[in-house]
Amino acid sequence: MLDAIGVGSTAELFDQIPADLRLGRALDLPDGMTEAEVFERLAALAERNVHADREITFLGAGMYDHYVPAIVDAITQRSEFLTPYTPYQPEISQGGLQVMFEFQTAMSELTGLPVSNAGLYEGPSSVASAAYLAMAATGRKRFVVSRGLHPHSRETLATYSEGYGSTVAEVGLDGGVTDAAALALAADGETAAVFLQNPNFLGAVEDIEALGAAATEHGALVIVAVDPMTLGVLKPPGDSGADVAVGEGQPLGNRLDFGGPSYGFFCATPDHIRRMPGRIAGETTDADGRRGFVLALQTREQHIRREKATHNICTAQALNALAGMVHLAWLGREGFRELGELLVRRTAYARDRLAAVDGVELLHDAPVAREFAVTLDAPVAEVLDQAAERGIAAGYPLAREYPEYENGLLVAITERRSKEDIDLLAETLEAAVRLLATGDRRQVPA
Amino acid sequence: MTTPNLTETAMQRDRAVTIYEKSKEGRRAAHLPAAGVPEPPLDELIPWNLLRDDSPRLPEIAEPEIVRHYNRLSRRNFDLDTGFYPLGSCTMKHNPRLNERVAALSGHARLHPAQEPRRAQGALELMWLLQESLAEICGLPHVSLQPSAGSHGELAGLLLTRAFHADRGETRPKVLTPDTAHGTNPASVTMAGYEVVKVATDEDGGVEMDDLRDKVSDEVACLMLTNPNTLGLFDENIAEIASVIHEVGGTLYYDGANLNAIMGHSRPGDMGFDIVHVNLHKSFSQPHGGGGPGAGPIVVSDRIEPFLPRPQVVRREGTNGSRQPFFDLDIDRPKSIGRLRGFQGNFGVFVRSYAYILSLGADGLAEASETAVLNANYLKARLAEGRAGEHLPVAFDRHAMHEFVLSGAPMKKKLGVKTLDLAKRLLDFGFHPPTVYFPLLVDEALMIEPTETETKESLDGFAQAIEEILAEAEGDPDIAREAPYTTPVRRLDEVAATRRPRIRQPLG
Repeated sequence: MLDAIGVGSTAELFDQIPADLRLGRALDLPDGMTEAEVFERLAALAERNVHADREITFLGAGMYDHYVPAIVDAITQRSEFLTPYTPYQPEISQGGLQVMFEFQTAMSELTGLPVSNAGLYEGPSSVASAAYLAMAATGRKRFVVSRGLHPHSRETLATYSEGYGSTVAEVGLDGGVTDAAALALAADGETAAVFLQNPNFLGAVEDIEALGAAATEHGALVIVAVDPMTLGVLKPPGDSGADVAVGEGQPLGNRLDFGGPSYGFFCATPDHIRRMPGRIAGETTDADGRRGFVLALQTREQHIRREKATHNICTAQALNALAGMVHLAWLGREGFRELGELLVRRTAYARDRLAAVDGVELLHDAPVAREFAVTLDAPVAEVLDQAAERGIAAGYPLAREYPEYENGLLVAITERRSKEDIDLLAETLEAAVRLLATGDRRQVPA
Repeated sequence: MTTPNLTETAMQRDRAVTIYEKSKEGRRAAHLPAAGVPEPPLDELIPWNLLRDDSPRLPEIAEPEIVRHYNRLSRRNFDLDTGFYPLGSCTMKHNPRLNERVAALSGHARLHPAQEPRRAQGALELMWLLQESLAEICGLPHVSLQPSAGSHGELAGLLLTRAFHADRGETRPKVLTPDTAHGTNPASVTMAGYEVVKVATDEDGGVEMDDLRDKVSDEVACLMLTNPNTLGLFDENIAEIASVIHEVGGTLYYDGANLNAIMGHSRPGDMGFDIVHVNLHKSFSQPHGGGGPGAGPIVVSDRIEPFLPRPQVVRREGTNGSRQPFFDLDIDRPKSIGRLRGFQGNFGVFVRSYAYILSLGADGLAEASETAVLNANYLKARLAEGRAGEHLPVAFDRHAMHEFVLSGAPMKKKLGVKTLDLAKRLLDFGFHPPTVYFPLLVDEALMIEPTETETKESLDGFAQAIEEILAEAEGDPDIAREAPYTTPVRRLDEVAATRRPRIRQPLG
């Protein structure tokens, strides 16, 4: 090979790097390891994590421990889906492109909005992407967000706003839901969009239609972050006056993975189709008239439009969106609705069961779908430690993001949390709060 | 009566049918557990006006048919495990299956992102170890793993630049990008609130120094550069470029798309870069997944560090006499630009890339880059011979690094065959074509990146295919112009798909 190139050694090819910029030593990294050694090393690290097979987890706050069917793994691990690049050559990428088309159809059905892209990175950055669309659509640079919007979404929007040159005003919660009067005051003729979440971070089901009216009146967009798992039962954002719906796709088909990779979804009304971020697959025909799929509307995208693009995204999360699509196909029309109903009923049971415990009060009594918030009569961190000793991750301590809820606990329910698990959570919280309230810090007896 | 098309392949005859078209009412795959709790009507739990009337029209289909459907679709994809994929700038190297196995371990895959750091020490240590490895490879001390892909890293880098200048009381409106830059660069510049100023390329394929000097001023916040650049050439003036930018107080940003060329040989930090993004899905073997997931960690200098996104993974020395270090998520970072996304980033990608770094080690990474550069130069030499040499001259005739760019302009002129036609004909030969029509400054460009995981035989096979296609085109250029013939569908009408977009299945 060197003869064909006309050099004496591979090193000569690196001569184009000026001598003083060559490293001239080995990297300060360990030597390479065999496959078996790497496996053992990584397995040892994994062993030090308390994961959802080792405890009964009621953690949610945006990512949820749903059962992912085996066919999701079987299909997403196929080389033909796992190892191609973005489908720039559609003739040999029909599989991936058709998956995108099917995914877009599914997300459009779930959200009740006719236009969907093929996915974005994940939830909170999708919220920030929706803000970019809202600025282009309205020519305005002011956003109003509900405090019920996931704190990661609010913070991501604030980060992006430094680049957008936009401002963000926050509206508080009242009784667990967005304060409608405050929102009506905050939304004005300068507002590009109002951001809501349903169910909101405290698990409360919001009245999107009523809240959104205040934005629509001033020509601002209504952007709603939704949990896809609730859309079998909750009114879809498109039927509630939303202009854009975005969300975190993890509950559909994706593992917890300590936070990623998952996917974001992005749906809108038809008037925004040419402002959408990300890839969009479209149906067309080939030279012989056969049905086929291509990346449509590419003139929005960075590789064509460069500085005038609607977004900078290139590599997104196609494989994760495929996982979501396969999970949805597996659930099917009936199964998806049944799962939503199951979540609502188990969550209602869990909330009633915990509310009946001495030392546990509801943080709000708004309707809930899959997650709810309570307040404990004891330091939440210590209660969580006690529960962890009994193999239960009791929930998410709200004070991490909401200092106003000092001993607040956010409890998430999935189809993997049975009535018995919920009863055990209630008993554990009861015992922990009782012990801690009497100043007795001993471990709760198992 | 129409004549049967006897040349149609079996897969072409098998027309595309969506999963919605296979749906039959009442069929299903999933069976859910019984609620096991009281089952009141839903509107006793949630007010009726907040509930959905009809179920979303998802497909109704049994599991065997779902599996067949997606297996059938998978066969309509070309993939890296099937054949050579020399897509320039995308670094389509082999994806070790070990990485999939370790990422799927329950301790990784089933770990909730809001788990207390005390109960996620293995994950946080892995992230810290990956940070340390990337810092060493890039020659800069601080890392944030948070960005989800290269373009997300670019946006992060520009927001860091903005915060860095704001902290010094400066407002700078402009960012310089070479005319060879990836499209993501200018798109990120706009999203970060800056104005793009293009810098020309000189006759050696590097940054045109006079043009750069003309365009720098104290209005310039940053220069974004890929080195080796998108022509596959190392910019020998990089030290001077760095000093020109630093003299006016700007930051120098490294687009890490081409890091695969220089691992263990040269480091962006030593070249004077302040901010680097690394595409874990390119140089560090995360599978591309048909368009993600990836991850785009950023690696930065001391002066940029205070502004890194939060939370930041940190290693704290053991307390209370414990020698065991504690790995934590640090959110107390007052100058931080804030979050770029939810939770901690694409952890599953971190696991795969860390496994890759452990597998190769210091020497293996350097060897990977060496072989990538050797393979590129060998293929470049092969394609300088015969008909390819005549019709597809290399755009800049120097030794390349890990990729090189040919121009199809003579082929178009002499044979009437465009680069697009050549690319489509390559599909019939079982190859993924190179990146085409990029970089923009090369007429009819073909950008070829073989990577280190290809054999000499596969490179020879590709060169042979190009030769055959050109020979065939000398006889009858229409063969290429109407290609492909054997793919599941033939050339598709992309214009119609944009003019009258049909982007979802109509459902009854």
